[in-house]
This record gives sequence, C-alpha cells and structure tokens, in this order.
Amino acid sequence: MIDISNLSKVYHTPYGKVTALKDINLSIEKGDIYGIIGFSGAGKSTLIRCLNRLEEPDTGKITIEGLDINSLDKKSLNKTRKKVGMIFQQFNLLDSRTVFDNVGFPLELDKVPKKEIKERVEEILDLVELTDKRNAYPSQLSGGQKQRVGIARALANKPDILLSDEATSALDPLTTYSILELLKDINEKLNITIVLITHELDVIKYICKNTAVIEQGEIIEKGATNDLFINPKSVTLKKFIEILSNFQENGCYQGGDGI
Amino acid sequence: MSDDLIELLLVGLGQTIYMMAATAIVSFILGFPLGIIMAITDKGNIWSHIKVNKTLGTIINIIRSVPEIILIVILIPFTRLIMGTSLGTTATIVPLSVGAAPYLARIIENSLREVDKGKIEAALSMGANQFQIVTKVIIPEALPSLIRGLTLGLISIIGLTAIAGATGAGGLGSYAIRFGYQRYRTDVLIGTVVLIILLVQGIQYFGDSLAKYINRKRYKYE
Repeated sequence: MIDISNLSKVYHTPYGKVTALKDINLSIEKGDIYGIIGFSGAGKSTLIRCLNRLEEPDTGKITIEGLDINSLDKKSLNKTRKKVGMIFQQFNLLDSRTVFDNVGFPLELDKVPKKEIKERVEEILDLVELTDKRNAYPSQLSGGQKQRVGIARALANKPDILLSDEATSALDPLTTYSILELLKDINEKLNITIVLITHELDVIKYICKNTAVIEQGEIIEKGATNDLFINPKSVTLKKFIEILSNFQENGCYQGGDGI
Repeated sequence: MSDDLIELLLVGLGQTIYMMAATAIVSFILGFPLGIIMAITDKGNIWSHIKVNKTLGTIINIIRSVPEIILIVILIPFTRLIMGTSLGTTATIVPLSVGAAPYLARIIENSLREVDKGKIEAALSMGANQFQIVTKVIIPEALPSLIRGLTLGLISIIGLTAIAGATGAGGLGSYAIRFGYQRYRTDVLIGTVVLIILLVQGIQYFGDSLAKYINRKRYKYE
C-alpha cells in the first residue's frame, strides 16, 4: 500500500516560485490500478517521481508498505527502487544493448548470475510477446515494441509497484490499447500495483479502478473511476469529458447520422 | 633527392609515432577520469558537486589557454624533475601530456554529456549507483561519440608533436624545421608533410570506421 500525506514541492526558478505540488494526500491500495490525470504542468509528473524519489519533496511523507521513503539513506533507497519499476513516455531504453540485455540490465545491476538472468529475461520476454526480438537493438523496434521492452525491463526485478509516467502518450491509439491490455494483464497475473499518470481520458476509462484529478499541484477530486465519470465535480475533469464528447458529436454531424 | 632522405623520414616518423602514442596514453589516463568527473559533477547530474566542477573547469581552462610552445618552456623544471632531463623525444612527452590531457578531458566531457538524461533517470529508477551509471550507461551509450572525439584528440596531439619538434624534441616536425627549412632541403620538407598527412588520414579513417561499425550494429534496420 502506498500512503502519501501532506506532500508539497516548490520549484525555485529564475522567474520565481512555482508550486508543483500542494498538500497532496492519497492512499493507493495494493493491487490497484490508480490513475492520476491532469493537464500539462498540473504536477502529475512531479508527483509520480516523488514516489521513487527521482524528485525530492519539500515536505510531507510517503510510505510504501509502511516504509518511510523519504528517510531512507542512499543504499536502502536503491534497494527499495528495485522493487518499484518505472516506465517512461520516451521509453529510455539503452541503445547500446539488445532487447535481451536491456531487460536483463536491472538484474545485472544486482549482480544476479548470468544463468538466472537468462531464465528470468526469457520468461518476461515471453510475457510481453517479444521473444523473437531478443537480439534486436531498440532502434529497430516500433514504439509499441519499445514500450513492451520498457515494461519487461521494469518487471525484471519482480517489483511490487509499477509506476507509469505517461507510458502511452507517445503511441498511436491501437498500440496504446495493446499496451494497456498488457498492463491490465500484469496487474491481474502478477498482482502488481500500478500507478499511472496520463493526460488521456481513455487510458483512465480503460484500465484505472481509481482515479485522482490533479489541477495546479492539488488533488481536486478522487475516487472510483466510474463514480467520477458519472458525476464529475472538478473543472479539469469536466473539461476533459466535454472535449471528448464534443469530438464525438462533431463526428456525428460529419457523418450525417446525428441529424 | 639525396640518399639519406628515406632514412631521415623513417627516423622522424618513428619518433613522431612514439611521441604521439606515449602522449596519447598518458593524457588519456589523466584526461579520461577528469572528463568523467567534469561530466557528472555539474548541477543536476548524478554526482553534483558544483565547487569541484568549477575548480577543475578553471584549472583546465588555464592550462588550455597557454600555447603549447610556452607550456614546454614553463614546464622545463617539472620535466627535469620527472625525466631527469628536459631534452629529447622522451622528455617532451611530459609537457605534451600536460597540454593534451585537459583538451581530451573536455572532449570526453562533451561526449558524455550528450547522453540522454532519461536513460540515466531510468537507471536511477532501477536502483543503479553512480559507478554503475557511469560504467554501464553513460560510457557505453556515448561510445561512438567518444571514439570520434578521441580521434580528433589524437590528431591534435600530432600537431602538438610537430610544435615540440621546434624545440628539439625530434619527430617529423623537427626534421621539417632543421632540414627542410634551415638547410633548404625541400625534399625533406615535402616528405615530412606528406607523411603527416598520411598519418592523420590513417587515424581519421580508423576512428571513423570504428565509430561507424558500432553505429551500424546499434542502428541497422532489418
């Protein structure tokens, strides 16, 4: 379980203070798929990056399974990070390594014996359906395949939590769908808690059991995804839903079916 | 053309290659760690120590501002201390290395800085420590660019050896001045220039091929 309480973060820029996060309170149950949605600059990236301390919050507390993340020293932090996988919008695969070696990378960091790495990597490549690409380099893969490698890499250490930083935002709708299917599958099969941030309403609708809406660094609405969609209260969520339905209506008029 | 031409050129070439190789090795041993430290100690990097970065940066800039020929003169006492003499081909390796190391450090620093921050962040998120990030992420990812940079550095070192030749260090530069210029031996002058051109071309070709080989492996399309 992840517990976030009173989390705040201010960036000091040459143009003045920017409040990235303001008094965030959130608790995420084990096995959940928790979505955090917001427009660009709302602070969602900062929030998810605080969970594995790629970003240090100014105040507040984050506990994962009762472990206070912010009080960890470097060594224990690295140990904890191995149990929190992360995937990225830009995939961030290593160009110098093949698919196989990219997936084995986190295990190599841990000095796992070669034979065990081989077994584990083959197992995960099978899960993400990339066994035939094991000797390819990242540049030879499509966006969707790259993200599958990213997911496989994040799963190599058998993490309890998977953080998804806009993982589908650079992908086309069809690929997005297949990646979301994969995430859903992982969540069910491996019982991994997934925290994802996105600006795509479809992603939230499709896989998130619970959702929080973030606006200018503040969580302004949270709860079960279904309830939020039926009765959106915040401006951000209303706007998101409005934009989506406007698109759909336009489509109706163009096709002539709506008249 | 005189009978001694071939002999002169071969001795000169041998001395140049010797100075170049020795200087390259020594300045690489000094410059490589320095370049890594410069690349990772800057603000927002994995081992951020701004004071270390600024201090080393200033030292590098100071040494790089001194022209090599003056550096050779200034360093005469230091060279004597290390080598026992300040004269000859071997002794010149000291001032040449001092001049080349900061230059290589800058080249290496620039290559390493080009590595995408996202990749470093991904490694951090997997619990990699700084040493692992340098050896397993930054250096392998920057390798083609590092090789191209080091090729450039090696060619600049050839230029430095020619300058050192003017102060009596031996090598092709020295023969060009002593025989080609001072004794009006045009054949020696032309010969040394041709050899240096061939040497530079050869090194550039080798460096390019190596970088291309790695890039082709990483970026080939099936």
